[in-house]
Amino acid sequence: MTMTSAADAGSRAPLLSIRKVAKHFGRNVVLRDISLDVAEGEFLTILGESGSGKTTLLRIIAGFERASAGELWMGEERLDRQPPYRRRVNTVFQNYALFPHLTVEQNVAYGLRVAKRPEAEIASRVEEALDKVKMAAYAKSKPSRISGGQQQRIALARALVNRPRLLLLDEPLSALDANLRRQMQVELKSLQREVGISFIFVTHDQEEAMVMSDRIALLRSGELEQVATPREIYGRPATAYAAQFIGHTNLLKCEVRGGMVRCAPLSWSAALPDGPALFSLRPENIRMTTASTTIAGSVRVRGKVSHQAFHGATELIRVECRDGLVLVVRTPGGGGALDEVELEFCSTDAVLVRESLVRESPGRESLVRESAERI
Amino acid sequence: MFSRAYKAAVTLPPLVWVTVFLLVPYGLMFCYSFWSVSESQTIVHSWNLANYRQLLKVDVYWQTLLRSMWIAARVTIFSLLMGYPLAYFLSFYAGRRKDLLYQLVIIPLWVSYLVRAYAWKTILGSDGVLNTLLQYVHLTRHPLEFLLYSPFAVVLTLTHIYTPFAFLPIYAALEHIPRNLVEASHDLGATPGQTFWKVIFPLSIPGVAAGATFAFVLSLGDFLAPLLLGGPSGIMISNVVVSLFGAAYNWPLGAAISLCMLVLVVSLLFFSERLEKKWSFS
Repeated sequence: MTMTSAADAGSRAPLLSIRKVAKHFGRNVVLRDISLDVAEGEFLTILGESGSGKTTLLRIIAGFERASAGELWMGEERLDRQPPYRRRVNTVFQNYALFPHLTVEQNVAYGLRVAKRPEAEIASRVEEALDKVKMAAYAKSKPSRISGGQQQRIALARALVNRPRLLLLDEPLSALDANLRRQMQVELKSLQREVGISFIFVTHDQEEAMVMSDRIALLRSGELEQVATPREIYGRPATAYAAQFIGHTNLLKCEVRGGMVRCAPLSWSAALPDGPALFSLRPENIRMTTASTTIAGSVRVRGKVSHQAFHGATELIRVECRDGLVLVVRTPGGGGALDEVELEFCSTDAVLVRESLVRESPGRESLVRESAERI
Repeated sequence: MFSRAYKAAVTLPPLVWVTVFLLVPYGLMFCYSFWSVSESQTIVHSWNLANYRQLLKVDVYWQTLLRSMWIAARVTIFSLLMGYPLAYFLSFYAGRRKDLLYQLVIIPLWVSYLVRAYAWKTILGSDGVLNTLLQYVHLTRHPLEFLLYSPFAVVLTLTHIYTPFAFLPIYAALEHIPRNLVEASHDLGATPGQTFWKVIFPLSIPGVAAGATFAFVLSLGDFLAPLLLGGPSGIMISNVVVSLFGAAYNWPLGAAISLCMLVLVVSLLFFSERLEKKWSFS
């Protein structure tokens, strides 16, 4: 499913094309050289920490903020020269931004009213939109009388009723509690499939991004680290930052010489040019083993367990090996207390990653330590 | 949570203050309005409605009251017409100059009321700045007489004085409008004009109501501007009250007029507050 939509994205003309967009406020650079295409019907998530520029990028697409450089194209139309009220883009705001003086119904009808649609059409479309988000019963309520989750649905209906070509969602689930949040993730995703409108979803929550998106655009300090499907970005992270931000990982600082990768006390063969290299190895790709025979391509190391964190279905174990190497291993939970263990992983599971492009990225050592300490 | 002594210590001073300076004087005024003055210029403490009957019968009283209300209404309208665009500009478009401009609006409030009223006298008089200028550029041959000692002068001066009072609550209301509502409106396809009338203005109504109430109530009770600039045709009801309590020595009639004004103002405040409540949503 995700693979086909990614393939579609390549073949068809993109709905929205972001070309070399940059933004700075005074001397403060918020976005640098962002180029990104959004396909028709795609659910794209812009994922990043706070301050990464994700909301600014969204505001530039919506038209609330003007890009310092670059262009936005929607089909043949230059979007960034249009005021927000002429763009066929609607936004679901972080705290919903419902009009407090209007009823739920009037809020949803707002876009159609200002477009001067006939009253009969407004009535039927508003009703349909409220039905779609299961809020028809609250049509006459004021926004202050309904809960956060309900306001969220109204904000969604208010945007979708205008049949935009692109819907922007600015951390719409961040204000909801965990259970409602998971429920809304599923609902939002199925609603998106149903209406077939492209969504650009902004979040700082990598789990949310993984669950909902066709593709994830990972933003860091105003630059795109990687744009890929959730599976790809998890399985084949392009940079050390991508590997760490999405899920847990072990970052291995290695040295390649003569087709052998060395990261004392580990070593395996790989067809790589000589020089330093950085590998990401997911904790679940490391196994504890007791077998005495080694399979081809597997790498083994002994170590002492220094910390165990029980997560329910799985357990994260911190293992200190020789030469200061620390590995985090994910095992099925409930193994009891561990001491000395033998670890094994398949060398093809160690993914070569780039150092992050961002200049102010911390050194490799600290990255490795950080990743080990995050369990 | 708090001890009784603490509660008493906190509530007693304002209670005493309100009693001594508000309730007792109002009570006295209420009583006076039903008393009368004898021919020997003493207050007769006999209860009757003569004062109120006189208010209705003698044209000059209710006409002056109506004229005062008409002046106050004009002052209110002009203050809103000046104050609203100013507040709107400051709140939405002034950017970094916001604080400076805000101070500029407030500064006149630091200047004595009397000075401002006298300033208008200097400007509007027959030898005043405006008339001299008009004659100098040969727009008029003789000084324009209606400029000073007229309801016009009173309305102008009071508008100048009370515009900041209309401005302040409107500005506060506009500042309280979450900016993402404006963005949401634009996002949904509303032009800036539509956004103003459908979102910004409705949400600023509590401020407009408060500003209008300030301007109306304060100018209705004003007596200095009509005294200094009003002339015979610009007399307002407070001037009548002042003279009744002073030279005319008819406290009961003055009290009756004051009570009527009090009822008028209190009911106005009541309606204004209801309007504000109805249009606030936080």
